[in-house]
Amino acid sequence: MTEAGIQPSDAPEAADVTSRDLFEKFDPLIAERDALLATGVRDPFAIVMDEVKSPTEAVIDGKDTILLGTYNYMGMTFDPDVIAAGVEALEKFGSGTTGSRVLNGTYIGHKEVEAALEEFYAMDHAMVFSTGYQANLGIVSTLAGKGDYVILDADSHASIYDGCFLGNAEITRFRHNNPEDLAKRLGRLPPEAGKLVVLEGVYSMLGDIAPLNEMVPAAKEHGAMVLVDEAHSMGFFGENGRGVAEAQGVIDDVDFIIGTFSKSVGTVGGFCVSNHPKTDFLRLVCRPYTFTASLPPSVVATAATSIRKLMHAGDKRAHLWENSKRLHKGLRDLGFTLATDEPESAILAVLLPDQEKAVLMWQALLDEGLYVNMARPPATPAGIYLLRCSLCAEHSSEQVEQILGMFEEAGRKTGAIS
Amino acid sequence: MTDKAATFAQVKGLIEPFNEKGAELSESTTFAGDLEWDSLTVMDFVASIEDEFDILITMNQQAEIENVGQLVDAVEELKQ
Repeated sequence: MTEAGIQPSDAPEAADVTSRDLFEKFDPLIAERDALLATGVRDPFAIVMDEVKSPTEAVIDGKDTILLGTYNYMGMTFDPDVIAAGVEALEKFGSGTTGSRVLNGTYIGHKEVEAALEEFYAMDHAMVFSTGYQANLGIVSTLAGKGDYVILDADSHASIYDGCFLGNAEITRFRHNNPEDLAKRLGRLPPEAGKLVVLEGVYSMLGDIAPLNEMVPAAKEHGAMVLVDEAHSMGFFGENGRGVAEAQGVIDDVDFIIGTFSKSVGTVGGFCVSNHPKTDFLRLVCRPYTFTASLPPSVVATAATSIRKLMHAGDKRAHLWENSKRLHKGLRDLGFTLATDEPESAILAVLLPDQEKAVLMWQALLDEGLYVNMARPPATPAGIYLLRCSLCAEHSSEQVEQILGMFEEAGRKTGAIS
Repeated sequence: MTDKAATFAQVKGLIEPFNEKGAELSESTTFAGDLEWDSLTVMDFVASIEDEFDILITMNQQAEIENVGQLVDAVEELKQ
């Protein structure tokens, strides 16, 4: 071999190699965010709670703050029985399972929380996931395979969309909460194809509820299976707290209910309940269930205790609805624009004209000692900027009046109301 | 007018209410680039196309459609 033969004379020189920064695609969003923060406002997406005193109070930047932006609808996070169950399980079973539900990660506690869910929903099967996000991701992607159709509401949660993208089914959308639009689209699908209609009880951005009593029958007429995500309704809709499908009398026609432990239940985790006799088989083929670690023993113990207590929480439920009605009326009387004409759920969305006004109002509320969620597109529907207020059964009537006072003060300071 | 030309005219008519920029419409006009539509506008527009022609354009199919010409071809095919 000659010396010339091994000289890499044709090889590009190092200097010619251009490396492209994969973060470039985010530059417009980064610029938008920087411009907003340059006006001196706080970052609404970077709040830290230094202390949490109760389901409704925390310390943020050294200041006592009322929480009106959590999903702690039933206020179970500090329930003494729930905490005691968690402590006991932590001591008896250790801090974590270090394994998948299908290998070493199923303890007696996981079976107990599944039994509690079966009892709560009066359904034959329950399957517990590590988060609510994974429950939607797993069930939607696994049930609807190649050649099947998923028909979903255009305003569906990200976890439902991501479940669609993870699977191989054909995806089609209908206009938000519109039963005629759903029926029309179902009618255009091949009659013999497998179909899964995906609905939510409460839509989390505007707090509006779905007309399930019209949509579930439409889906059934076209031979579709129906999945309803009741994440934001468990515990306080329907006679037994099973959700909007129960409240509207169609729960028996729902094939799968998806839910979460991270809202009314007060911890973390997700689940699917169903009467389908083959539900248990999903444990072996549902990747977001199989290929992740199971919930820690303390978490499933707190969840099981909380779910059992939610079966008998009639008084709390009534107080939560009272709070929602009072706040809705109070905010309207002050001159704020709300997303729904009536209080439909525990979520009330205060609409603001643009991002700047929304952030200013959000910050003014925080200065008053009130935390709410700031939300913007794409999390919200088309062009909507809002402050999302979510109530808790543990907010006292006095706190609700205090909250209204803070809204009045902050609204006048920022010009949101006159 | 051929079928395709008629479909093109119909599609053009349905684009107009969403054409806030007043972009010139031809077969090569792109939805993301020329019309600058976001995903929410796309949803509304697709729903109106579906209702006009009594078809369904799944999100899987939408991912392959970048310009007006491709949409017209897809509508022609789905109408069959």
